[in-house]
Amino acid sequence: MAAAGKADARVPTYARAVVLLPAALFVWFSTMIPAVSGGAVLTWEIAWLPQLGIAFGFIVDGLSLLFALLITGIGTFILLYASEYMRGYPQVDRFTLFLVAFMLSMLGLVLSDNLIVLFVFWELTTITSFLLIGYTHEDAAARRSALQGLFVTAAGGLAMLAGFILLGQAAGTYSLREILADPGGLVGHPDYLVILILILCGAFTKSAQFPFHFWLPNAMAAPTPVSAYLHSATMVKAGVFLLARLTPVLGDTEVWMATLTIFGAVTTVYASAIALTRTDLKQVLAYTTVMALGACVMFLGAPTRAEAGEPSIGLIAAVTFVFVHALYKAALFMVAGNIDHEAGTRELPQLGGLRRLMPLSFFAAALAAFSMAGVPPFVGFVGKELLYKGALAWPAEPYVAVAAIVAAKIMMVTAALLVAVVPFFGSAEKLPKRAHEAPWTMWIGPVVLGVVALLGGMLPDLTAEMLLLPAAAAVMGYQPDYEVKLWHGVNIPLLLSVFTVVTGALIFWKRAVLLDALRSAVQRLPLTGDRAYDAVMTWIADLAAWQTRWLQGGVQRRYILVVFVTLGLSVAVTLVARDAVVLPAAFPEASFVEWSVAALIVAATFVTLIADSRLLAICALGVVGAGVALIFLLFGAPDVAMTQLLVETLVVVIVAIVLLKLPDFRGERRPTARGRWRDGLVAGLVGVSTTLVLLAVTAEPPQQAITDYFEETSMPGGFGRNIVNVILVDFRALDTLGEIAVVAVAGVAAYALIMLRPRRRTRPDTAGRPDRKGAAS
Amino acid sequence: MNSLILREATRLLVAMMLVFSVFMLLRGHNEPGGGFIGGLIAAIAFSLYALATDAAAVRRALRADPRKIAAVGLGIAIASGFLGLFFEQAPFLTGQWTEVAGLKVGTPLPFDIGVYLVVVGAVLTVVLGIKEQQADIEEDPIEPEEKL
Repeated sequence: MAAAGKADARVPTYARAVVLLPAALFVWFSTMIPAVSGGAVLTWEIAWLPQLGIAFGFIVDGLSLLFALLITGIGTFILLYASEYMRGYPQVDRFTLFLVAFMLSMLGLVLSDNLIVLFVFWELTTITSFLLIGYTHEDAAARRSALQGLFVTAAGGLAMLAGFILLGQAAGTYSLREILADPGGLVGHPDYLVILILILCGAFTKSAQFPFHFWLPNAMAAPTPVSAYLHSATMVKAGVFLLARLTPVLGDTEVWMATLTIFGAVTTVYASAIALTRTDLKQVLAYTTVMALGACVMFLGAPTRAEAGEPSIGLIAAVTFVFVHALYKAALFMVAGNIDHEAGTRELPQLGGLRRLMPLSFFAAALAAFSMAGVPPFVGFVGKELLYKGALAWPAEPYVAVAAIVAAKIMMVTAALLVAVVPFFGSAEKLPKRAHEAPWTMWIGPVVLGVVALLGGMLPDLTAEMLLLPAAAAVMGYQPDYEVKLWHGVNIPLLLSVFTVVTGALIFWKRAVLLDALRSAVQRLPLTGDRAYDAVMTWIADLAAWQTRWLQGGVQRRYILVVFVTLGLSVAVTLVARDAVVLPAAFPEASFVEWSVAALIVAATFVTLIADSRLLAICALGVVGAGVALIFLLFGAPDVAMTQLLVETLVVVIVAIVLLKLPDFRGERRPTARGRWRDGLVAGLVGVSTTLVLLAVTAEPPQQAITDYFEETSMPGGFGRNIVNVILVDFRALDTLGEIAVVAVAGVAAYALIMLRPRRRTRPDTAGRPDRKGAAS
Repeated sequence: MNSLILREATRLLVAMMLVFSVFMLLRGHNEPGGGFIGGLIAAIAFSLYALATDAAAVRRALRADPRKIAAVGLGIAIASGFLGLFFEQAPFLTGQWTEVAGLKVGTPLPFDIGVYLVVVGAVLTVVLGIKEQQADIEEDPIEPEEKL
């Protein structure tokens, strides 16, 4: 994949300049640390849809600040890294745009105060993720992975939206700040369980929890900067973020704790085992990401308050682990990208001996892997101690929790050794190309993140006070009184830690035997999520094909029949069911002119029916249209009449073009006698039901209030005397905008259909076809 | 269609119809007319021109791909709606008015121009598409069994 880049291509200036954006945002968010760690909540809001209680509101509290700093801080290095990594790829401008769009969406997600706004940003991250996974869109596997990620997370997102709406209704507000200010009421609400399940669907799909985890490893089809940024450090944490955000509202119930603990524990153990069976560096890292997400979800299942008034270690551990993981995982992914880029492969069996060839990448990988394995004095050690302490304090079955997290952590140590030792030691003979150190833009990010992981562990109280405890406070709903230290003395978590590292190293040492056994065990798993996804997609495609064959067989007459039968039946059924059939009491009075126009329309309709040439039928239909336009004119609607006449004219012109030029319709069947009866029946159904609707509508006195309003406000409010036009372009301009959008789309769609024709010659100027030449590069 | 009368008459008619369409567009706010009607008239004018001559002549006269015209029109209409957001934080598409030399000028005008362009662009996309496809078929007829 990386080989696609041409070495001699220039790095575009904008790709470098855009790095300043996240850097500036990072500095800006950093200035908020003192206020936020002091317990302040910064807010900013503009009205969007005040009628629905939806405002563009943003809050910066400990939790959102931690995420915002991770997004902008890591984003700075990712954009810098991508400017070099993507050199020579086609459409780098588009890539950069997607990446920045993702970053801003993700920031919006974590800073949103309003549930609906949060959902909008949530889906924006889904869409940008889709575009980025499918960036190399000539590759069928990338397209499939992009669609899979989109379907899985968007399906969860829709469930989550339903959950949000129910939550908003139950709480009486969509503002998170207001919901969090009064968190007590929801747990006992009758809809609590439904809300919880729907929101968990969103969080679990986004954060790749078992059994929805499969899309995340497939998302590794994206270029490495994307994998490092979206699919390890930020976007996949959105689900964890949401759960953390809503913990004070929805948490602390038995069902919350049980669900999160079970799903999280299964995910974390399962994913860490799979991670060891992979040989592709990015796949190993992807599964350890799933493992980390599982651990975060599992620990968010901890109660918000431990017994005896102690703060909940589990929640502090979850927040800390988010921070720890983002640092080392982004660094390791970037190093994996460097290896791929410089050595030409990321298959572990081929890699080796890069220690001397790529010393800085090795340095960064070593720092990150130490943090991942939880070796003191790295921040990863602090995180792991907290996890063990939290698991030991589990309210129910602490031994299960401890066993799960220790098992996962042991395999994590092995995985850390796999990615940091195997590529760098041993022989470099199997490398496909002569490797050398990556440019500075590509090693600076991992080195800085690795050093931060080291400093964060050496100054644990500072990290905790500035970032972690304020974030934990937002999750727990109170300021925790807890001191994060590197050295807690010899206690059970420390012993577990030693056990973890030693066992993990032992597995690594005996990996030839042990991992093969694990691989064959994993292969015997009966059903994977990936296969289940395929089955569901095939079923949906079959269903779509079946209904398309049935309803849209490709014959024009069939389409019209389906449309009119549906229209006629739905109108008729509604009329009868609502008892709305009103027959006029007296024979209507009308002037001679009106009667003449009506007679003209009826006569022209009759001519249309019996016409035996197409031209005559079209002309007669035109007369019907003109008659209708006359009626509009008689009843004082010149704009509508004019539009109607013009449309009729246009139809005649288009039909003239088609009729005069098209060759004979060879083999066209004339309708049979039975077909004519059927058509007549359908036409009668539609005609009668439409007439009845019009009679029912006109039987009611017209709503004068609306007309009066427009007549009164048209001149002072819209500065126009033509009310129809003022309505079109001002009062109801949004409707018009929708209509012209439909017109434009219909035009383009019709054009595509017209151009759909087997061609013998290939013309270079053929419009509307994607340029396939880019595929070769 | 090869008719001398139609071709010569069209030359005159098209010019008049186009001027009339702009007239209809501009007067629409106070008298019957507006972007939709004006756009339809312009579309008819160009369709007539296509009928009398060929699609290439219409494309030359338009100077831009009709699909682009429709897209630009949609863009203008959307952009006009954002002005209100910037000036007074009013909801999207709130009309903004100002007076230039005693004449009321407001965002509904660019919006209406957008409507006009979308209608012209979309209709001509279809008309020219049909026209060109026919020329193609005449040059290179498809056998019935080849039809999809």
